[in-house]
Amino acid sequence: MTMRAIGLLLWKDVVVELRAKELVYATIFFAAVVLLVFCFAFLGGPRPTVDVAAGVLWVAIALAGTVGISRAFEREREGDTMRALLLAPVPRSALYLSKLTAISLLMLIVETVALVMVSLLFVISIGAALPMLVALLLLGTIGFAAVAALFGASLGRARSRDVLLPLLVYPIVVPVLIAGTRGTVALLVGAEPEVATFWLKFLLVFDAVFVSLGVWIFEPLVAGDA
Amino acid sequence: MSFDTVDARGLTKVYGRQRALAGVDLTLRAGEATALLGPNGAGKSTLVGILSTLVSPTAGRVRYGGAEASSESRPDDEALRGAIGVIAHESHCYGDLTGHENLVFFARLYGVADARATADKLLARVGLRDAANRAARTYSRGMLQRLAVARALVHKPRLLLADEPFTGLDRAGVALLAELLAEERARGCIMVVVTHDFDAVAPLIDRVVVLARGRIAHDAPAPAARSTAALADVYRTALES
Repeated sequence: MTMRAIGLLLWKDVVVELRAKELVYATIFFAAVVLLVFCFAFLGGPRPTVDVAAGVLWVAIALAGTVGISRAFEREREGDTMRALLLAPVPRSALYLSKLTAISLLMLIVETVALVMVSLLFVISIGAALPMLVALLLLGTIGFAAVAALFGASLGRARSRDVLLPLLVYPIVVPVLIAGTRGTVALLVGAEPEVATFWLKFLLVFDAVFVSLGVWIFEPLVAGDA
Repeated sequence: MSFDTVDARGLTKVYGRQRALAGVDLTLRAGEATALLGPNGAGKSTLVGILSTLVSPTAGRVRYGGAEASSESRPDDEALRGAIGVIAHESHCYGDLTGHENLVFFARLYGVADARATADKLLARVGLRDAANRAARTYSRGMLQRLAVARALVHKPRLLLADEPFTGLDRAGVALLAELLAEERARGCIMVVVTHDFDAVAPLIDRVVVLARGRIAHDAPAPAARSTAALADVYRTALES
């Protein structure tokens, strides 16, 4: 039942986004603006190092991700559909896992665009590092979405939820951003494979911990006085 | 999950310093339509929230047939939630999905066997057949309310909680909803209707419960006359006492 419910909920999120298209466009536009601002900041000076490009990529992902997540949960408040989902006979963990997957899919689309832009704007060749870089982005995205989905849903009807969401999410996802940035740098400069592998393993552990935690505490966070 | 009674005992709900419910005892039976009346802030929506399992009581318990939900043990039983239908202030529908897609989605979520056929039938029943393939955000307030009613009935609930279900409906809509609620009652559904619309609810109900300041001020069979005036009289008397 859980897998079927996740599939149904995910289908709903994808169809709604395909119709509205606001999340994809808004987050891609936001990520592009962030990348362009950073690019112009370095214009005229010495060519920015790979460290800078990697940092800019992950900052753009984090900022755009927060914008998208905030709107994704705002959508569930229109028509009070979150309440309808809480009333449905599906495990609450299915609600969490479906939102996590939907947010991850959205962020992966944004990351694809961001990655192409970074390679063009900062003149970086990704080529050989691509498979590992994709793995790094995927794990980082799941870690970010695991935390964001948890807080996005639990803030529910809190008055200052738009302000609170980044305040709660960013401190917790700092390890994801550090691991993502250091791993990306290691891949792009062609460092020893062990370095990137270490950050991949780090992200894997982070994901396992926060996805498990999310499945466990989502129910008490969203229920009670919904 | 099937149950024939809902038995609430000592339900108390406190929000901060505000006591929304203060020891409510209520037994609801299959095939009985109960009008839950009361002034604003009386605790009606809180009581509906607790009965729907979405709000946990500060004290007290609710027993659905044999299954119990209380402040100690939360009802995270999916089967129980699957037997409850709620018509709320909001539509509980997605604006970017069509009326048909909304119903199919919720029917599947509730494990209804033939979701598409059920959705088609319900849309026709609530008079939305022609608008079935339009995005719900293009619906008028009354059409959205009809869709909300269809959504709440899509899984044939054992317990139907209708919080101001007549809001936004035109006269034809009110008549249709009253007809649908009567059908649900005849099916053996346990029904609670929260409303200020005495005209619409008077011919429909078997029992009147009046809440005032979080307590039950009146709980008795509906007046034999089944008229708006008789119901209004019961309501006024209950509040004055």
